[in-house]
Amino acid sequence: MIFDLAFIWAGLIAFAVLAYVILDGFDLGVGILFPFLRSEAEKDLAMNTVAPVWDGNETWLVLGGGGLFAVFPLAYAVVMPALYVPIIVMLLALVFRGVAFEFRWRTKRGKFLWDFSFTFGSVMAAFAQGIALGALVQGILVEGRAYAGGNWDWLTPFSILTGVALVAAYALMGATWLVMKTKGPVRDVARRMAVWTGATTIVLVGLVSLITPFLNPLYLDRWFGFPNVLFTVLVPAAILGAVLIFIKGLRDNRDAWPFLATVALFVLSFIGLGISFYPYMVPPSLTIWDVAAPDESLWFLLAGALVLVPMILAYTAYAYWVFRGKVDPAGGYH
Amino acid sequence: MFGFDAIELARIQFAFTVSFHIIFPAFSIGLASYLAVLNGLHLWTGKDIYLRLFNYWKTIFAVAFGMGVVSGIVMSYQFGTNWSVFSDKAGPVIGPLMGYEVLSAFFLEAGFLGVMLFGREKVGAKGHFFATLMVAIGTLGSAFWILSVNSWMQTPQGHGINEVGQFVPLDWWAIVFNPSFPYRLVHMVLAAYLTTALVVGAVGGLHLLRDRMDQGARVMFSMAMGMLIVVAPLQIVAGDFHGLNTLEYQPAKIAAMEGHFESHPEGGAPLILFGIPNAETETFDYAVQIPYLSSLILTHDLTSPLPGLKDFPVDERPPVGIVFWSFRIMVALGFAMLGLGIWALVARLRGTMYDRKWLHRAAMAMGPTGFVAVLAGWITTEVGRQPWTVYGLLSTNDSVAPVEAAAVASSLVAFIVVYFLLFGAGTYYILRLMNKRLADRIPLKSIGPIRTAGVTPAPAVDDKFIPAE
Repeated sequence: MIFDLAFIWAGLIAFAVLAYVILDGFDLGVGILFPFLRSEAEKDLAMNTVAPVWDGNETWLVLGGGGLFAVFPLAYAVVMPALYVPIIVMLLALVFRGVAFEFRWRTKRGKFLWDFSFTFGSVMAAFAQGIALGALVQGILVEGRAYAGGNWDWLTPFSILTGVALVAAYALMGATWLVMKTKGPVRDVARRMAVWTGATTIVLVGLVSLITPFLNPLYLDRWFGFPNVLFTVLVPAAILGAVLIFIKGLRDNRDAWPFLATVALFVLSFIGLGISFYPYMVPPSLTIWDVAAPDESLWFLLAGALVLVPMILAYTAYAYWVFRGKVDPAGGYH
Repeated sequence: MFGFDAIELARIQFAFTVSFHIIFPAFSIGLASYLAVLNGLHLWTGKDIYLRLFNYWKTIFAVAFGMGVVSGIVMSYQFGTNWSVFSDKAGPVIGPLMGYEVLSAFFLEAGFLGVMLFGREKVGAKGHFFATLMVAIGTLGSAFWILSVNSWMQTPQGHGINEVGQFVPLDWWAIVFNPSFPYRLVHMVLAAYLTTALVVGAVGGLHLLRDRMDQGARVMFSMAMGMLIVVAPLQIVAGDFHGLNTLEYQPAKIAAMEGHFESHPEGGAPLILFGIPNAETETFDYAVQIPYLSSLILTHDLTSPLPGLKDFPVDERPPVGIVFWSFRIMVALGFAMLGLGIWALVARLRGTMYDRKWLHRAAMAMGPTGFVAVLAGWITTEVGRQPWTVYGLLSTNDSVAPVEAAAVASSLVAFIVVYFLLFGAGTYYILRLMNKRLADRIPLKSIGPIRTAGVTPAPAVDDKFIPAE
């Protein structure tokens, strides 16, 4: 049976991870681009575009981890020890950048320290997440109900590549976000950065996409086997469309377009990942049914999720609506 | 590394990260409610002072809350990184409870936090009050779920065990409302309120010492001391009930808390005040004790049986020394809080609450004790439930992840360095914010001796001449 509880939950967890990647993607991206902003005023403005929403954005990461624990406990129990080092690095990096949001307003002398902490944490968190993704794609060694590899199995040229690619992609997200949310010099810097990070992202993500099918025969068949290829070819076609919108938006000064095109790029890459993975949650050995908790657990949380997730989306949308439009430099939240 | 094996390192790491983490929620749960009250009072009375107090504490809240969020994300992954076997086995039962915590509480507080901190002009006074209320409800909701999780691990029920050795849910109501949950929830929420009241009281005390005419300090101090005298006695009663519940479900923990090696089948157990528990000889050295009192407190009579540690196999006993002492620290601080509350109440009734410098100094000295008591209480209950993660069913040794000691040791060092550095800086900034005074001086005409209109003597304008008592 395909449309069972485990399948629904795989979809919901995938949605949470995608929501996280997009939402925290742009605020991590703002952190990555921070050193390219020159004056204090520019940095203040850039940070104020994300200050009211970063905390909600990061909650999706807790949902991704907590949700995995709840409904796919075996996947959680296998993946976390396998990716021990990148996960711990990511957590510590998130501490560095998370505290900076408040700390940098609390001091004048030490402000540069927290600006550095913000960028350092953002880059490291993005890099560690990219490495974790790459390590998951290349496969995790499982014996019985536990991870059976060593501390450093995750470290390969491929995982380093995915790490760098995600830093570039988040930076692109941050750049297009700033184009959408600011005016004046910050927007000008962001616009230039959008071009550079956009080109870098396309190259790196393209490279990752080309390598991925050859890591696992399953992926290869999924993408190039017949008749799959008739559908899978739609993904790169749609990515091409997103790139065109991105370029046109930047050229015609339609400031929301590049951001939306970047979101589309993330969604499509994520779908591509799903095409490779399904039905595995921990390739190459554990499917979503292998790792799912008993139906009683899945039901219990699903009942709540069906009510609460729409509410969360509604008030999250409301919070974004409250802070809509270009941020007024004089309106300083702090 | 340093002679520790992987499991000891994993335990130290969890103890370290969770201890650091609990400091922030212990403060922000209470402070979020206090902010909601201040916001509501401003909305209701229209008095400017409440809004200024709100803004004062809001800034402090933002710094503390940020640290709580990032240290909390660490916790949500730590189960998997360091306790993966536990996660696999207990995930089907406690995972969904934590899922509810995220869905019903974390999103709520995070979603409305931005509006609460930055959105007052955009959403208006009522919308702003609503956002503040949602943040407060979110923090309480998260306490509800996480304490349900912890309580189930202490007093598990409503579950079965499947063919691969996982705990599986049979009765969700029984799981969520397991026997120790109501007591633990009440005890912790009251602790959070006490912690916040003590911090607010300390800040009020500081500014009263500098200037007893400081209107903001007066309101803070008055509210904090009022909270204290209501909550401190409730907390002592709640703690007593929690103890009775623990005696019923985790008697070994109680024996360790009391330092009782011998059982007292006919009751009449003495209360050991101080002494040095000696686990090797299974005796209590240099004990100072009060006859019968332990039985009286724990069973509320003198004849009911009371078990001792010797009733349990050696490998199922919790470490006595830590539990015995951390419990005493918590209780002593609890009574000190009550004492401060009574002192302030007496001063209030005599109309001298803003003048008694030693009361203000005492409030300042008591400022951090809420955190210490919370930590001591958690150490008591967590060390006291050893050697189990799921009480009586899954041992700590069988819960740990297959991660090499070197990796755990390096991550532990990294956590220690980063936490002390960054959260140390955050604490410094919070203290600096607290050091700032809030409001202008209270207008003289609204305080002090009632004067006949028009005959204000010149010296009375200078507050130095207002009688101190």
